[in-house]
Amino acid sequence: MSVSYKVGTVKSKQSPNVNTQPKAPVVKGVKTTGKKKDEEEGIDTADGEEWMQGKTLVKPPDQLDLTEEELKEEITRVLTANNPNAPQNVVRYSFKEGCYKTIVFVDQMAIHFELEGNLVHKESDEGRRLMAKHTEREDCGGDERLENVPIKPGKREQKVTNQFNFIDRASQTLNNLPREISCQTEPPPRANFSATANQWEIYDFYVEELQRREKSKEKQESQFPNKEEDRSKKKMIQAEAQSDDISQLAKPAEIIERMVNQNIFDEVAQDFMYFEDAADEFRGEKGTLLPLWKFQYDKAKGLSVTALCWNHIYSDLFAVGLGSYEFTQQERGMLLFYTLKNPSFPEFIFNTDSGVMCVDIHEQLSYLVAVGLYDGCVSVYDLRKKSDQPMYNSIASSGKHTGAVWQVKWQKDDLDSNHNFFSVSTDGRVVSWTLVKHEIVFTDIIKLPPVDKVPDDLKNVVATAGTSLDFHKQKDHHFLVGTEAGKIHKGSKYYSSKFLEMYDAHFMTVSCVRWNPFHPNVFISCGWDWMVKIWDHTINSPVFTFELKSSVTDVAWSPHSSTVFAAVTADGKVHVFDLSINKYEALCQQKVVSKKTRLLHIEFNPVHPIIIVGDDRGRVISLKLSPNLRKKPKEKKGQELPKGPEVEIAKMEQLLSSLR
Amino acid sequence: MAETGDGKKEDADYKRLQSFPLIRHTDMPEEMRVETMELCVTACEKFASNNESAAKMIKESMDKKFGSSWHVVIGEGFGFEVTHEVRNLLYMFFGGSLAVCVWKCS
Repeated sequence: MSVSYKVGTVKSKQSPNVNTQPKAPVVKGVKTTGKKKDEEEGIDTADGEEWMQGKTLVKPPDQLDLTEEELKEEITRVLTANNPNAPQNVVRYSFKEGCYKTIVFVDQMAIHFELEGNLVHKESDEGRRLMAKHTEREDCGGDERLENVPIKPGKREQKVTNQFNFIDRASQTLNNLPREISCQTEPPPRANFSATANQWEIYDFYVEELQRREKSKEKQESQFPNKEEDRSKKKMIQAEAQSDDISQLAKPAEIIERMVNQNIFDEVAQDFMYFEDAADEFRGEKGTLLPLWKFQYDKAKGLSVTALCWNHIYSDLFAVGLGSYEFTQQERGMLLFYTLKNPSFPEFIFNTDSGVMCVDIHEQLSYLVAVGLYDGCVSVYDLRKKSDQPMYNSIASSGKHTGAVWQVKWQKDDLDSNHNFFSVSTDGRVVSWTLVKHEIVFTDIIKLPPVDKVPDDLKNVVATAGTSLDFHKQKDHHFLVGTEAGKIHKGSKYYSSKFLEMYDAHFMTVSCVRWNPFHPNVFISCGWDWMVKIWDHTINSPVFTFELKSSVTDVAWSPHSSTVFAAVTADGKVHVFDLSINKYEALCQQKVVSKKTRLLHIEFNPVHPIIIVGDDRGRVISLKLSPNLRKKPKEKKGQELPKGPEVEIAKMEQLLSSLR
Repeated sequence: MAETGDGKKEDADYKRLQSFPLIRHTDMPEEMRVETMELCVTACEKFASNNESAAKMIKESMDKKFGSSWHVVIGEGFGFEVTHEVRNLLYMFFGGSLAVCVWKCS
């Protein structure tokens, strides 16, 4: 085989040349056949041929065609650590300067790959914990280990949920339904206060205070005896203030009591105020008495009403004296005060040791009440004081009566402006009592003359019992005394030895004598002999006489009319007379209590057209006079009706003159 | 000279005479009033030269005893207008020249 060998012109030879241009990609197009050939040829031919052939360059087909100059150009390439993907022009808004500012330092780190490892350092806390866990679990059991082993290595190192060894357990309980409750309280009340604190203000105030203290010191010194009382009173007041505040309820409770009473007795109250019996027009002259309230007190049931007295200033308040007329049944007594506003319970209650026989309330000072008792004592009560004890009490040494006191009457203050009152009793003395400071001083005024029937030797011993006493309204010094013997004596305060006049009034005890409130000469008397007699004190014999079929226990003039009077009898009837209308008969004879109850006393109210009557069961009944009983005289047409006491006097005078 | 000397004596006298605590206006209940007055007197005597400390002592004691929050003013010359809870105000003079006003308002 002949092979044509050409020296120096090998076309198919392609050997990788190290000196090729850097821009051109690495030429890898080494033909193996060519190389083989070369090698073959190389082996076949000599080594020098190959080295000579290395200078010829072979270009790949896609290499850039550049000029020689361009090929020689040197281009530098620099290696930096900058991240080519990092932003180079980051701008942030600066609030401080209020404008956009470029940020120079930009993070250049580019993360290409991230893998979280699961290896824990043996010495670290977690590692130790996991190791401990691992040993624990090994102790527990093989099964667990088997299961956990493939999981544990991962878990031990990975689970770091709690700081403490907790196992979560959860359960859901029943939740109660929520409910909204809201409350709004009132804020504590506030007030404003302003003042100035200056030196002069302070000084002024101190000076004032000193002056005040000096004044009070003076007062205290002058009132030394009362100091003790004041202190004790103050202590009491303080104690009261500190104790329950129930005492402050007293006033409102009282008002409510009255309201309740008014509601209960509403009809009665309406009648009292407004009811005028229309039937009176058809009854001619007669009238009726309308029963209103009944006043009764439990503890007074066994006692009789022995005295009644209206209060002149508070026309709804009246006093009731309770005691007993029976000689054998002498027990205690009571003094009660009722008001029309509260019929169910008395306003004031005073208990006395012996029966109350008579009561009188002072005309001007309506808190002073004089009481005469069965044992001869007289007492004076002060209604302003809360105590149960009388202000003054007469005792044996101070000249008290030796027999029951039948009548007490207040007088005007005497020359020393001391209060005083008169009393008459079974021992026949008329005594004047004067209230001097803290005591009661008696003065015998007169002694009743002895009764004719008493034998001469005993005249000084056996007294004439006085049963009734009344003072003239205008001429204060004149007074009348009725006796048990049936005589009426007219006396005068100025004559202490003798009586001015004596009237043979009744056959039995005179139970009551009263002057006419208007006419100066007229008085009325009633006795147990069933008679009521009207007298002119200048004439010895009665002007009018009425027989009432039962013993008359009390009689009273009406304060509105000089010719109207009422009497009560032991058979429970009330008789009302008006002399200007009917001189012979009563206008009204009405039984107001049940059988066997005796009426004992009667009084007219000074203001309202009502009367109160007391019976022997301790009850007081109030009655309203119907219009017929309160008639004023008819006026003639065209003439004005004159009013006033003169009219009343004239009325009476007319009557009297018609009889003479 | 004698007159001014007398004047000074009078001043000193009156200060001695009128150093007692004197309540100018209050609507507190009796017990509270007495306690507060004593507290003020104690505080003013203790901190005679320092009104602030006295006021501080009074205010803190009142807060503890009667609840928050109390206000106290001590001085010799000031005017004021305050809103206070009813029955929680005491305005008193002490030492002839010192005025103390204590009130509660939360």
